[in-house]
Amino acid sequence: MLRFLLRRFVVALLVAATVLTLAFMLTRLSGDLAISIAGANATQADVELIRKAYGLDRPVIVQFFDWVGRAMIGDFGESYFFKARTAALIGERMPVTITLGLTGLLIALFVSIPMGIAAAVNEGAWVDRVVQFIALLGQAMPGFWLGLILMITFGLQLGWLPISGTGSWQHYVMPGIVLAFTAIPALTRLTRAGMIQAMSSDYIRTARAKGLSRASILLKHALRNAAIPVVAIAAVQLGFMLGGSIVIESVFALHGVGFLAWESIGKNDFPVVQAVVLVLAVIYVALTMLADILNAVLDPRLRTA
Amino acid sequence: MTGETLLEVEGLRVEFGASVAAVRGASLSVARGQTHCLVGESGCGKSVSALAIMNLLARGGRRGADKLSFAGIDLRGMSDREMARLRGDRMAMIFQEPMTSLNPAYTVGSQMAEVLRRHRGTSRRDALDRAAELLGRVGITAPGMRLGQFPHQLSGGLRQRVMIAMALMCDPELLIADEPTTALDVTVQAQILRLLAGLQRDLGLAILLITHDLGVVARVAHRVSVMYAGEVVESAATADLFARPTHPYTRGLLECVPVPGKVKRDQPLGSIPGVVPKVSPGFTGCGFRDRCAHANEICAGDIPRHRTDGDHEYLCRLPRDWAHAA
Amino acid sequence: MTTMTTIAAPRRGWRAAGTWIGAVIVGLTLFAAIFAPWITPHDPYAQDLGKRLLPPFWMDGHNPMHLLGTDQIGRDYLSRLIYGARISMLIGIGVTITSAIIGIAMGVLGGFVGGKVDDAVLFAITTRLSIPVVLVALAVVGLMGSSFTLLVLTLGLLLWDRFAVVARSTTMQVRNLDFVSAAWCAGCSRFHILWREVLPNIASHLVVVATLEIALAILLEAALSFLGLGVPPPLPSWGLMISEAKEYMYFSPWVIMIPGIALFVLVLGINLLGDGLRDHFGTGTQ
Repeated sequence: MLRFLLRRFVVALLVAATVLTLAFMLTRLSGDLAISIAGANATQADVELIRKAYGLDRPVIVQFFDWVGRAMIGDFGESYFFKARTAALIGERMPVTITLGLTGLLIALFVSIPMGIAAAVNEGAWVDRVVQFIALLGQAMPGFWLGLILMITFGLQLGWLPISGTGSWQHYVMPGIVLAFTAIPALTRLTRAGMIQAMSSDYIRTARAKGLSRASILLKHALRNAAIPVVAIAAVQLGFMLGGSIVIESVFALHGVGFLAWESIGKNDFPVVQAVVLVLAVIYVALTMLADILNAVLDPRLRTA
Repeated sequence: MTGETLLEVEGLRVEFGASVAAVRGASLSVARGQTHCLVGESGCGKSVSALAIMNLLARGGRRGADKLSFAGIDLRGMSDREMARLRGDRMAMIFQEPMTSLNPAYTVGSQMAEVLRRHRGTSRRDALDRAAELLGRVGITAPGMRLGQFPHQLSGGLRQRVMIAMALMCDPELLIADEPTTALDVTVQAQILRLLAGLQRDLGLAILLITHDLGVVARVAHRVSVMYAGEVVESAATADLFARPTHPYTRGLLECVPVPGKVKRDQPLGSIPGVVPKVSPGFTGCGFRDRCAHANEICAGDIPRHRTDGDHEYLCRLPRDWAHAA
Repeated sequence: MTTMTTIAAPRRGWRAAGTWIGAVIVGLTLFAAIFAPWITPHDPYAQDLGKRLLPPFWMDGHNPMHLLGTDQIGRDYLSRLIYGARISMLIGIGVTITSAIIGIAMGVLGGFVGGKVDDAVLFAITTRLSIPVVLVALAVVGLMGSSFTLLVLTLGLLLWDRFAVVARSTTMQVRNLDFVSAAWCAGCSRFHILWREVLPNIASHLVVVATLEIALAILLEAALSFLGLGVPPPLPSWGLMISEAKEYMYFSPWVIMIPGIALFVLVLGINLLGDGLRDHFGTGTQ
C-alpha cells in the first residue's frame, strides 16, 4: 500500500511538471507577449520598455527555466494588471473558491446519497425511475443558465438570497447549488449502482439471516461498502468542481480564484492565468491522491494488505 | 426433547416471476436434535427451499406453503419484522460461500457481537466475550486475536467456522446449513462436518443440512430427503434410504457414488443422462420422467405419494418393491 | 446460489420510450441545423431597433411575425434559435471528431501495444484530467481571439480523455480474444489487425462515448460563449444569446429561458439517445 502511494506521488510530481510546462506554453501561444501587455495604444518604445522590464527579451528557454524555478518556490511573478504578487492574489481568493467547492460538494452528497439509496432499494420501481430521471436532467442542465434562473427566482422574485457578490454565507447558497448540480448525477448513479451491488451480495444475505433490522442492513452493512467508491469519487469531483467554478463565480460575481482567472484572461494578465491553471491542476492531483488514501482507509482489504 | 418435530414444511412452493417454479410443493420435517439432509443436483430447488423457509428469498421470489411451522409457530403469516426477530435468534443459517458471506468492512468480532446485541440487547463487551467463547468452541485458536481481524485476513475454512460460531451466538434451536463445505478443501470439509456433528450432539441442535454429496449424508444424517425439480421425491431414515432406495432418481443418484470395494476397476460409474429441467408453473406429472428409464404415459398425470414402513415416503407410480422384484 | 431477480419489463419500455424521445429531439435539431436557411422566417442577423424585445407568442403584446419574439436589438429570436442549432451541432460533432481521433489513437495504441507505450498513454490521460478544461479553453480563446475553428480545435484537444480511457480498456479486452490471436497466427499485419479486427469490435463502446462527448462539447461551448470567450458575436450561439440577453432577464425572463431550454432539451435528447445506444449494444461503459 505504501509503495503504491509512493508510486502515485511520483506520478503526481511528473503530472505537475508537465502542467507547469503546458501552462508556460499556453501563455506563449499569442506570439509577442510584450505587445499584448502594452495594449493597443502603446508605442514601439513602450513595448521595448515592457519587454525589458518583464524579462521577455531573454531567450524563451531561459524564460522557461526562470518561471519553473520561481514557480517551484511558489513565486508566480507579479500580476501586470493588479500590480500585486500573483501568489498573494491567489492566496487571497482561494478561500472563496474552496468554500464554494466544499459547499457544492456537501450539497451534492446530501442530495445524491439518499437519492441513490432510495433508487437502489426500490430498483425498477417508480422511485428508481424518478431518481434516474433527475440524474438525467441534472446531466443536461447548463450550470450558468441554472444560475441565472435561480437569480431571477430566489434573488429577484422571492428576494431570499443576494444575487451576486461575496459578502456573507448567503452569497454561497445559490452558487453552491449550481455547482452541486454538476456532481449530483455522477454521485447519485454511483451510490445507486454501489447499493444495488451491495444489496445483492452474500454478506447482506448473511446480515438478513442474522435477523438484523432493515435500517442496520441498509445503513450499516450495505452503505458502508457502497460508500467506498462514492467517497473516493467525491474527492475527484471536488477537483472538477474547483476547475469548473470559473463559470459559476463569473455568473454570481463571487470573487474567487475562478473569477480572478476570468478577469485576468480579459486583461491579458498572463502570470495570473498561468498560475491559476497550475494551482488548480496541483489541487486536482492532490485530491486524486487523497481519493486513493480515502479508499485505503475505508476499505480494510487495502488497508491491511 | 429429541424426536419432537421442530420444523414442519408441507407443500412449499416458490416461484420467480411467471416462468420459473423453483419449488413445487416440497414437504419435509426436521426433528429436534437431529440432522436432516436435503440432497439433490444443482438447480433442483434445495437452496431455494432453505431460503424460503428463512424468508430470505431474493427480490422477485414468491413463497407459498400449506404448512410452515417452526416450534409450533406458523411462519406463513409473519411480517418481515417478526421473522427478523426469529432469524439469528431461534433459527440460524450458514451458507455455501464463506469467502463472501462476511461483510468485508467490519471485524469478525463486530459482526458476531451485533447478533447478540440485536436479539438480546447485550452490551458490546459481553457480546464480544460470548463471541470469543464460541470461536473457541468451533476450534479457532487465539479467539481474542481473531475478533479484531477482518474477514479477508482469514482462510475459507476459518471463515466458515466464524459463520458457524456467529450462527450459534443466540443458541438457536435450528441451524440451516446450505452446502457449508462445498467451497472448501477436502480436508477442511471433513473438519467442518465433524464440528457440525459435534455441536449438534453437545448443544441438542437441529440441523437442516443441504448438500449434493451423498458421502456427507451417509456420515451425518439421521434422515434424508431427496429433492428433484422442486419436489421432495423420496424421504427416509438414512440407513433405510441407502439400503432400499425406491425412487428411480434416488437409485440413479446412489449409482453415481463410487464405493470402495464395490466398484470394479474398468467398470464405468453410473450416471443419469440429461440435466434437471427448468419447470414452469402449471407443470404436472413427474419431473423426472424425461430422464427416467421406467417412464410411461402414467407419469404425465398425477403421481401418488407412497408411504411405507411408517416413515419411508416416495413420489412415484412404481410399487414399493419394483426394484427388488425386477 | 440460485438467486433470480425479476427484471422489470416496464422499465425496458420506459427506457425504449426515452431512446425514441431522444432520437426525435436529436433528429429535429439536426433537421433545423441543416435546413436553417429554408425554414427560418427571418434573417437571424437583421436588426430592427423599432421592434426590440418583443415577447413570444404566449404573452401579451406579441407580434405574430415573430413567434418567439425578438432580442434586445430586434433580431428575430426563432430564426436565431434555429441558426443556433447549427452552431451547437457543428461544435458538438466537430469537437467529437477531433477528440475521437486523438483519444482513440492513443487508447488503441496503449491498449494494443502495452508496456512503456501504455504507461505513457496513461500518464497523458492523468495529466489531461488534471487540467481545468474551462479555464484553459477560456485562456486559449482569450489569448488568440475567438473564432469558431479555434474553439473546435481547443475543445477537441481537451476532451479526448474519455475516448482514450474507453478505447484503451476495450482494446485490451479484444486483444486477448481468440479471433485476434487467430489473425496473428494467420500472419496478418499489425495494421490489419487493428483496423479490421480491433476497431470494429470496440466501435459500439466508442459510439456511446461519442454521444456523451457531443453533449459535453455543446454544454461547454455554451458556457464559454456565455462568458464571452466562445464563438464570436454576432453568431447566434445559444450561450451567446443568453449572455447578450442577460441584462434584460429580470424584466423579460423569456430572453434567457428560450435559448436555455433549447440547450437543455438538446443535451437531454443526446443523453437519452446515448443511454438507449448503451442498452442496445449492451455496453456497460461508465
